[in-house]
Amino acid sequence: MLRLRLERAPAPLWFRSLIPVIAVPVTFLLTTILILWAGADPLRAYYEFLIKPLASRVSLIEVLVKSTPLLLTGASVAFAFSAGYWNIGAEGQLYAGAIAGAWLGMVLKDVSPVIGIPLMIAGGFLAGVLWALGPALLKVRLNVDEVVTTLLLNSVIVFLVSYLLNGPWRDPVSMWPQSATIADGTVFFKLIPRSRLHLGFLVALVAIGVEWYVLKRTALGLRMRAVGLGKDAARFAGINVNRTMLTAALVSGGIAGLAGVGEVAGIHFHLIESISDGLGYSGIIIATLGGLHPFGVGLAALFIGLIDTGAQTVSQALNVPVYLGTVVQAALLLVTLSLFVLQNYRIRRA
Amino acid sequence: METFLIGLIAATLRVATPLIFGTLGELFSERAGVLNLGIEGTMFLGAFVGFSVASLSGSLWLGFFAAVLAGMLSGVLMSLLTVRLGVNQHVSGLGITLLWTGISLFGFRLIFGEPSIPPSIDPFKALTPFGQTPVLGPIFEQHILTYVSLLLIPLVWWVIRRTRFGLDIRAVGENPEAADAAGLDVYRIRTLALMIGGGLMAAGGAFLSLAQLGAFTYGIIAGRGWVCIALIIFANWEAAGVLWGALIFGGVASLQLRLQTMGFKLPYELFLALPYLVTILALMIAGRNVSAPASLLKAYRRE
Repeated sequence: MLRLRLERAPAPLWFRSLIPVIAVPVTFLLTTILILWAGADPLRAYYEFLIKPLASRVSLIEVLVKSTPLLLTGASVAFAFSAGYWNIGAEGQLYAGAIAGAWLGMVLKDVSPVIGIPLMIAGGFLAGVLWALGPALLKVRLNVDEVVTTLLLNSVIVFLVSYLLNGPWRDPVSMWPQSATIADGTVFFKLIPRSRLHLGFLVALVAIGVEWYVLKRTALGLRMRAVGLGKDAARFAGINVNRTMLTAALVSGGIAGLAGVGEVAGIHFHLIESISDGLGYSGIIIATLGGLHPFGVGLAALFIGLIDTGAQTVSQALNVPVYLGTVVQAALLLVTLSLFVLQNYRIRRA
Repeated sequence: METFLIGLIAATLRVATPLIFGTLGELFSERAGVLNLGIEGTMFLGAFVGFSVASLSGSLWLGFFAAVLAGMLSGVLMSLLTVRLGVNQHVSGLGITLLWTGISLFGFRLIFGEPSIPPSIDPFKALTPFGQTPVLGPIFEQHILTYVSLLLIPLVWWVIRRTRFGLDIRAVGENPEAADAAGLDVYRIRTLALMIGGGLMAAGGAFLSLAQLGAFTYGIIAGRGWVCIALIIFANWEAAGVLWGALIFGGVASLQLRLQTMGFKLPYELFLALPYLVTILALMIAGRNVSAPASLLKAYRRE
């Protein structure tokens, strides 16, 4: 009889990339409990959740709209995590990009889009870099744990946005807590007429492509991955670990900043307090699901975008609370994390 | 001026209560070597379970203990992920926060629907040990849970510093390999610490829904869990420091509220951001000398 045993050794590569795929059905099995609690038919719910959004052109485009900031926050987190820098601050860096976008949209009054749009993109990136700079410097100069500092700064910038919107930036026309509508020349143009899909989606795809190239095809990418695998070993190999981590942290902040500017220039056209509502934290989920690989991140972001859209469909159709989407995201993350442990094992004949 | 000060002291204690519960909970987790970023979600879950059970059963205490139980289960889940499976601690913690936030909102919507007037309960009555006595009367007019939180501080200090169990917790948080070699069950001790911690965090959330508000709202926790993450560093992982940290934060928060109602134009957001900025500053000054438990964030794998 064939006897098998588990052994501690790296699992084969094909199995590792399969883990997120296995995690999906496991997650849906677990969340079925909630659907039953809501008194809905699980099969019908999953149809509304996962298939319906893909079935019509309008909702399919909406999935891409929802995915746009997620592609960027996912790419941002994956870039930092690849170099072993635990940036939890994509949420805050996204807000920084959004603030920059709203500000540029106010000061660039009669700008032509040819100048306005590149300025918005550069400004959003730069703002994200700046908000990431403090924790990154503290990490490399004083060895202060970046998890806590980036996390705390997420709260700080939400207070800053709240101050701006209730104070100096409050819309003088409507008196709502939102900034003035941005100038026409700074609005991201639509990729498909009469839809909400905007230039930001293209920016996100380019960012993913560039990230793949940098991580897999350049010396910097090699250094980053070496640092991510082990700082001491990388240092021993002659890599400047601090400089590599600093670069990874700042670029990561910049990419998250792009997500913020995209939401301002492509969706809302002004700054509002709830402009993110967790997109940066979803970026951590997406980076994890995607195994930190840029293309994996791309697929994961589209999938989370589908879940966000599907949660609304299922809530309208079957009266299942829309928060099902949040639960599915969280459960998917935890299940995937648990299954990743399997990649340290191999099945061998005894 | 006198009534202003008395009111301020009384409000400070009220604001500090959920932070004391939460930070003491985080203290247990981190002393055992696990950074529990699930705190924000665990407090939210505590607020939701406490309110729902109290509202359905009519018993505030039943609600409170159900919340604590839910928090302990949250600790078990965190332990399963980070202790048993050795998964990345901050990602698991954030995942747990998201999970409990989603489940609480989902459950609240199913149980209470979307009424135009949010459901509410009669909250815990404040105790008045000094009756209407001037000065002492209003200051000591606090909820019983506030008294409990204040008594917990010396108790937690005693458990961590003076008992065998506390020594075990510190041992697995500082050097799990050595603790294991000395015959301690690292997994079991970390799990227990996470369960106690989770229960305390949920108690902090339940205080908000059962005593302070008598209701459950979307923004009931509003980042208080993250404040606790800051306070634990500020407190240098010591129970006594938790008291000072929570009181200073509570004092500043109550002061800005009072100054604002008196008509001072203050950017109150600056005051709200202050504890975070002060913590980052403290980390900067302390730098490498911060005495975090040595094995914080490190999973322990028994070979």
